[in-house]
Amino acid sequence: MRALELKNLYDDFRDGDTIKAYAKIIAQDAKKLKNPINIMEVCGGHTHTIMKFGLPQLLPNNINFIHGPGCPVCIMPKERIDHAYVLAMQEDVILVTLGDMIKVPGSNGSLQDARAKGADVRFVYSPMECLKIASENPTKTVVFFAIGFETTTPMTAVLVDQVIKQKVPNILFHINHVTVPEVMVELIDSRDEHVDAYNNRIDAFLGPSHVSVIAGSKIYEKFPKDYGRPVVVTGFEPVDMMQGISMIVKQFVEERSELEIQYKRVVNYKGNLTAQALIEKYFEKISLFRWRGLGNVPDSGLKLRDEFSEYNAEIVYKDILPIAEIEDHKLCICGDILRGMAKPQECTIFGTACKPTSPIGSCMVSSEGACSAYYKYGNLI
Amino acid sequence: MTKTITLAHGNGGEENNELITKIFYKHFKNDILEKSEDSALIEDGKLVMSTDSFTVSPLFFNGGDIGKLAVCGTCNDLAMMGAKPKYLTCSVIIEEGFSTRELEKIVRSMKKELEVNGAVVVSGDTKVVPKGAVDKLFINTTGIGEVQQSGISASALKEGMSILVSRDIGSHGATIFSAREGIKLESSLETDCASLYPQIQALIDAEIDIIALRDATRGGVSAVLNEWAKASNVCVEVEEEAIPVQEEVRGICEMLGFEALDLANEGTYLLAVAKEDEVRALEVLQHTHKSSAVIATVSREYEGRVILKSSWGTKRFLDLPTGELLPRIC
Amino acid sequence: MCLSIPSKVVKVSDDKMMCTVDTMGVQRDANLMMTEEGDVQVGDYVLLHIGFVMNKIDEEEALASIETYREILEAMNEEERRRAIIDDDNCENR
Repeated sequence: MRALELKNLYDDFRDGDTIKAYAKIIAQDAKKLKNPINIMEVCGGHTHTIMKFGLPQLLPNNINFIHGPGCPVCIMPKERIDHAYVLAMQEDVILVTLGDMIKVPGSNGSLQDARAKGADVRFVYSPMECLKIASENPTKTVVFFAIGFETTTPMTAVLVDQVIKQKVPNILFHINHVTVPEVMVELIDSRDEHVDAYNNRIDAFLGPSHVSVIAGSKIYEKFPKDYGRPVVVTGFEPVDMMQGISMIVKQFVEERSELEIQYKRVVNYKGNLTAQALIEKYFEKISLFRWRGLGNVPDSGLKLRDEFSEYNAEIVYKDILPIAEIEDHKLCICGDILRGMAKPQECTIFGTACKPTSPIGSCMVSSEGACSAYYKYGNLI
Repeated sequence: MTKTITLAHGNGGEENNELITKIFYKHFKNDILEKSEDSALIEDGKLVMSTDSFTVSPLFFNGGDIGKLAVCGTCNDLAMMGAKPKYLTCSVIIEEGFSTRELEKIVRSMKKELEVNGAVVVSGDTKVVPKGAVDKLFINTTGIGEVQQSGISASALKEGMSILVSRDIGSHGATIFSAREGIKLESSLETDCASLYPQIQALIDAEIDIIALRDATRGGVSAVLNEWAKASNVCVEVEEEAIPVQEEVRGICEMLGFEALDLANEGTYLLAVAKEDEVRALEVLQHTHKSSAVIATVSREYEGRVILKSSWGTKRFLDLPTGELLPRIC
Repeated sequence: MCLSIPSKVVKVSDDKMMCTVDTMGVQRDANLMMTEEGDVQVGDYVLLHIGFVMNKIDEEEALASIETYREILEAMNEEERRRAIIDDDNCENR
């Protein structure tokens, strides 16, 4: 076999002819389907690929996508964004977070607005940049507003680890890490009695790529087993996704319900054990975390373990952080859209009051949200 | 409009347009301004005038500096109207404590670039402000040029015309991002910053009928194609595969989650010509850059919009970039 | 947060905590603290995410996937060739 080149890892998984070939295979298999199938791609990166490469235009009518809440920025509840805003406005605080977080609106505005008012807000490419910011600003407190799914949690853990080992005196953490399997359960079997779970439309999941690199595919076992939903863990290049969709369709045609891995070149059953150990060392689950658009999702959030409370910004700044829960806008139907029960165009404020430049609900907040994607690419899909 | 001005309002994209129309055009209304071309046609179309301010950071980057940029930027705006740059002004706002040696280096850069354009600085102003009032150095240049070929306009595109790009895209934006602190990348990538008038002169000499011309600065190629689609009320259909992008620019875009089409350029322009002139125009462009290519055609499919066509038969809209250009994480 | 990039490791630091990776001619430093010590070597392909190496890319699996795609394309071309011949045989204009 020939040697693998870096180019192959990009080009071969984006090859137009291979994409077309899979489109043909899927079309042939789809003819044998008894019912139309709705596939949820959980992960924002997958939504991005679907939209950027126009994948729905290649699929037959009986295969549909339901865009999942796979964007840790989109699902941040307003009250926690307000935490970030309040912390940023403190004179002696430098609020540090990752890119997209800057634009998300809270009750008083976004971090971008706070910055325009003079707050010291910095976006970084890597959490480790906090160490440099902290050492250059010894009289200030750096608060790292940590966001992300399992993919990004271990990086925060490494930062916590280094802060403790290097005895850095001026870095604190505001943890907003959430986990994916719990929200997947919530979408198909909600604990909230007000949610009509029987009308849930999700038939199968395209499992997130990089969450699975860290956590292993083992986290999805219960979906085919207990809920009858096939899961195919898929990479996020367009060929990966077409192959993943093809594998799901074949499962339905052959009446199987299994956990499969398409993204074999990086995902395995166990995952990255070093990363998992780091997460385990510094974080533990909290019983509830409110997801914007979905409400409380049990066991889906993380917090710093009690023995690290001195680094926990939520405890240190307890007295100034607002605690009231802020409801989503009355007219926002993101919850229904996330469960596949409604489409963006069915929302009364879609495209009018709620637009990418002035988002109201979680699905419009980031470019991976279902509504944001429809707004940009809608007419052609 | 939001209550306070945000960084997004300076992005060259949607919010920027909003700022310009809702505040500046609203009060400065006049016929010349409303044409919103790269430069203003004055004196009955004999002259063009343009202004630009330069706040780039860092001041020195692979292949150029703020001085070169300041001269290229304004001279190119004039060249994009088919005009020969003749007279420039140069105003600087210098932060207290700035290195005199660096300042001279920058001014020497400007001199070199003026020579390429055949233009001279005839008036200027210098201000020094206290530390912190500006970020090291801001430069404004205003230029006047003599029109050599008239009729070039963003509203002149018609169905069937071809759109070419003068070279591979995104090098300036990618170079700037890779030079910024906090994002340490090592690459041999250089800005494309260059004076364009000589290339325009070559097109005029070859008797190519230039329909529209614009350099893809802030907002990148996306911004120009969208402006043309709206101004001419046509559809611009782009073949994604045809867009030339250097390997390294692709690498930086991959790493940071950018689209090369949204990245700023300082020496790359788009040219619209009639279909019959396509081959000859490409020949002229290729004398300067082998990477120049035909990338789009004009149609009536979705008036006012730009469509990207993939090589495997799918389509999507290419919109004006919005927001600050931040590295995407998700 | 899925934006992770395949890159090639070109250098590993002496203390094995950092490495330099290359993506299409662009190089940057990456943190190795999420991988087991000594696991990542020069020449390995890795996934990069927000400044960290997340995992190694299994070269054999990658090549196996590419091989699968090649076979699918070949099979498809074979189909098209056969259909073209049948269409030609059935051509009424002969």
